[in-house]
Amino acid sequence: MPQDVTIFITDRNGVKHEVQAPTDMNMNVMELIRSYELAEEGTIGVCGGMAMCASCQCYLLNDVLQTERNDDEEAMLADAYHVKDNSRLGCQIHISEDLEGLELEIAPEQ
Amino acid sequence: MIETDILIIGAGPTGLFAVFEAGLLQLKCHIIDALPQPGGQLAELYPKKPIFDIPGYPEVLAGDLVTNLMEQIKQFQPGFTLAETAETIEKLEDGSFIVTTNKGTKHKAKAIAIAGGLGTFEPRKPILKDIEFYENEDRGVDYFVKDPEKYRNKNIVIAGGGDSALDWSIFLSNVAASVTLIHRRNEFRGALDSVEKVQELKSAGKIKLITPAEVVGFKGNERIESLDIEMNGARMNIPTDYFIPLFGLTPKLGAIANWGLEIEKNAIKVNNALDYQTNIDGIYAIGDVNTYPGKLKLILCGFHEATLMCQSVYNRINPGKRYVLKYTTVSGVDGFDGTRKEAEKAVVKAID
Repeated sequence: MPQDVTIFITDRNGVKHEVQAPTDMNMNVMELIRSYELAEEGTIGVCGGMAMCASCQCYLLNDVLQTERNDDEEAMLADAYHVKDNSRLGCQIHISEDLEGLELEIAPEQ
Repeated sequence: MIETDILIIGAGPTGLFAVFEAGLLQLKCHIIDALPQPGGQLAELYPKKPIFDIPGYPEVLAGDLVTNLMEQIKQFQPGFTLAETAETIEKLEDGSFIVTTNKGTKHKAKAIAIAGGLGTFEPRKPILKDIEFYENEDRGVDYFVKDPEKYRNKNIVIAGGGDSALDWSIFLSNVAASVTLIHRRNEFRGALDSVEKVQELKSAGKIKLITPAEVVGFKGNERIESLDIEMNGARMNIPTDYFIPLFGLTPKLGAIANWGLEIEKNAIKVNNALDYQTNIDGIYAIGDVNTYPGKLKLILCGFHEATLMCQSVYNRINPGKRYVLKYTTVSGVDGFDGTRKEAEKAVVKAID
């Protein structure tokens, strides 16, 4: 039985949430945020997860996530607003068992 | 004044398919869309990407699905008002509506179907002082390529690093006097064949590439005359007739948000127990733009919603008139253009 992982997400109002994320549903962080309705529908995941809109931009707050930005993500973030060194696109972060304890903050709307 | 039975706002897959279902019920449709071509997101955002959950298609490219839908509806002769946005709506005493676009085009319809998807795609604009002035009346700044002929023998500068910047650079390299492509990074992101083609045209001297660089200003009084470009900290100025920034599009619900419709979670609330009508009698919302308990933003759900909406409009326009659902296999499809599609008759013949 695959284990859920615990992820800490700070929403756009600065409120920190602790959520359980399934690791067996091929989900990503953008979808996780939507499933817990931590950002208003229509303001996140606008492109559906194709790394084409940056509405799911997040800032990583710890070093749990070990993977680097992929090429699509890098290209999108180069054109997005509010980008910092620790910016990632939630839709490109696949939820797996290595993400236990990940902490992130949802970036402001584009 | 354009007159029609159903005015559809949004030319995405849901809006296009609604034309077919309406046609079967002898209802005429006209479609308004903010983009210069039909297809909505599928055509604008991901034409070369596959979709795997259209029933009956194990895999179909988004662009091909749009082409197929256009083919499927052509005998119902839908009208199109493209590159215009629905701005205001007025309900007349007889229950019909007048919708006026941002360009002042008026449409009169017996029912409205909002199939606006994520909303109106508004171009992301470069942050340059006073650029707004040059966006209008052919003063040199365009965010869409609506009519490529306009650029014949002109010098143009395209900015952006995605598919539309690449594809229009390729296309216009055969039309314009010169094409310069500027991007903030050395890497472009698009379909492999587009990236390779631009590489080829660059080597052949047909596209001038300036990267990593950014347009930081422009010169010109009545219209754009030249652009200031910053590349690795150095400034240069290049003369141009047109500046076409293609930085992608952001969807906004836009003016429809002010039509008095009940809105929840940036979507329009509809009655999904019946016919996808909104809180305003005669205005329906179908596809990704609507919301109801259990809503899923899927193309296939939009097709279903479009079908039920058309039945409801039929009853609204023809109160009391009898009709039963017919199968296209049995009754065929009679186009408004006089064409008829029908199943081939089986033969009734003895076998010796």
